[in-house]
Amino acid sequence: MIAQDLKSALKESCPELDDRDSLDWPAFNCPVGSIADVVKELRDDHGFDALMDATAIDNGVEASPRFTVVYHLYSSEKHTYIRLAGDCLDDEAPSAPSLVDLFKSANWMERETYDMFGIIYEGHPDLRRILMWDEYPHHPLRKDFPLAGHENELWDPEIAENTGVKVKPAPMAGGPFVAQQSVFESKREPAAKDESWSEEKEKPDQ
Amino acid sequence: MSTETTEYTAPDSGGKAAAAAQEFETEHLEVSMGPSHPSTHGVLRLNLELDGEIVKMCDPVLGYLHRGDEKIAENMTYNQFVPYTDRLDYLAPLANNAAYAMAVEKLANLEVPERCQAIRVVTSELARISAHLLGLGAYTMDVGALTVFMITFTEREKLYKLFEELTGARFTTSYSRIGGVTRDMPEGWTNRVLTFCEELLPLLDDVESLLTRNRIWFDRTADIGIISKEDAIAYGLTGPNLRGSGVDVDLRRDVPYSGYEQYEFEVPLGENGDCYDRYAVRVEEMRQSVRIVRQAIKKMPGGPFYAEDAKKIYAPRKDKILTSMEELIQNFMITTEGPDMPAGEVYFEAENPKGALGFYIVSKGGGVPYRMKIRGPSFNNLSILEKVSVGAMISDISAILGSLDFVMGECDR
Repeated sequence: MIAQDLKSALKESCPELDDRDSLDWPAFNCPVGSIADVVKELRDDHGFDALMDATAIDNGVEASPRFTVVYHLYSSEKHTYIRLAGDCLDDEAPSAPSLVDLFKSANWMERETYDMFGIIYEGHPDLRRILMWDEYPHHPLRKDFPLAGHENELWDPEIAENTGVKVKPAPMAGGPFVAQQSVFESKREPAAKDESWSEEKEKPDQ
Repeated sequence: MSTETTEYTAPDSGGKAAAAAQEFETEHLEVSMGPSHPSTHGVLRLNLELDGEIVKMCDPVLGYLHRGDEKIAENMTYNQFVPYTDRLDYLAPLANNAAYAMAVEKLANLEVPERCQAIRVVTSELARISAHLLGLGAYTMDVGALTVFMITFTEREKLYKLFEELTGARFTTSYSRIGGVTRDMPEGWTNRVLTFCEELLPLLDDVESLLTRNRIWFDRTADIGIISKEDAIAYGLTGPNLRGSGVDVDLRRDVPYSGYEQYEFEVPLGENGDCYDRYAVRVEEMRQSVRIVRQAIKKMPGGPFYAEDAKKIYAPRKDKILTSMEELIQNFMITTEGPDMPAGEVYFEAENPKGALGFYIVSKGGGVPYRMKIRGPSFNNLSILEKVSVGAMISDISAILGSLDFVMGECDR
């Protein structure tokens, strides 16, 4: 019932709004360009005052549209959630409008989605990686990223034995625990000692 | 005898004072705090910009505990992921287990028996007490009150004994399965839980008598780290941090799950949203948890502790596997291919000790999720740091961090 009321109310501001298959809360598909407007209307006119979750789905390497951004909003008056999804237009460089102006909580959640899926949030004030380190080259939650990491010519036998995949371990230098020497000391991340090589064991190629 | 009073006159200090002011002008400092710092409760790093002792800018750096739980979840069956939920909020694994199982059961549209629901309520509330006890102990220790830590840790130890008796493990309980729990409560366990509740309440009074009207505690926490109602909602805060700011939201009451609607409890609220209010809310929440536990145990329904009808979801009991061909096949299918789930998507949030732990599951059918997003409440609770720590003294940072009571396990996932 709430879904129908909401839908007819939202139809005015966004006529392209479409029902989305859902097993629980009311859910809508929305063109990615008008997500910000719809969320603003939901917040201001319908009492959805908290953005609980912002994330994305990778629909598969071959699928088009490949990436879908998903938002969950919660109304503390009506005690209900709503799900809003939008397909990103470009499969190669997916992008979506940022909701940071509407909800401060979007800041970190969009940074995480960018980190994991590589979705560019337009208008985000500070779109940096948040969980992986800054120099990390991949977006790990994409479906073409293998669970153990990409195979490498200089694979490590120990890791390969454990994972069954010819991968390199996370680098000791350039990794999350190692400082960039060019940065001022206080800005650096604390460094772990590189013990991956010794006199017996050669230093692996970085 | 005449007293000669000589008036003390300070030497002409005007020029010197000005010079001293120049000399002691506060310095712009950049400090990297963490990732291994006692008050960051795990591996959080803060890049602080200080003006003397005043924090001008705070940039939290996360990811030191990132294990890729969401990627891992896409590569294993629903039941196999249960142990990973232990490690989300590793201070309240029982609550995580229950929340995860309920999310998947929502996907399967499966109603678990009342006894299972009541067991989950009891375990979740005990997990809440244990998480709050630890959070409170660590918080007070960071601020300098060591005694409270001793009291709360002694109580927490008793709880872990109870957890061990119930699940076989103190920390990594993995107590839930999709469609039920792993085993029923042992005999006499509920009585021991009630005894624990009996012992806990006077100790909470002790804790409060040590802190609530303690001048030093008050000075260190009151009016420190104030989060306004609007900010708390805008930054997506949940749990005691949100209620500490006076926002009346509790999912157990508002969006009841697992039979919480049958129990009477109050939702404590703060007024100012400062560190003191968040402390007070947590202490009161423990009392309310005790109330819920007592009601749940009093009303504890009989019957099975797992959904017996869900033959394609909950693996049959061992005695049946060994004697019946049908059950053996089911067990094999559930173990190898995972429980049979419909296609679709659900979002479920449970009111965990740290806040709303959410699971967004996209299923394309079969025993493995296509995508699982975990909304760790600590992730959002921490995002307010960049706002709340600006203008605070550096010594207040440990009070603020303690009062936000976060866990990096669910923040970095």
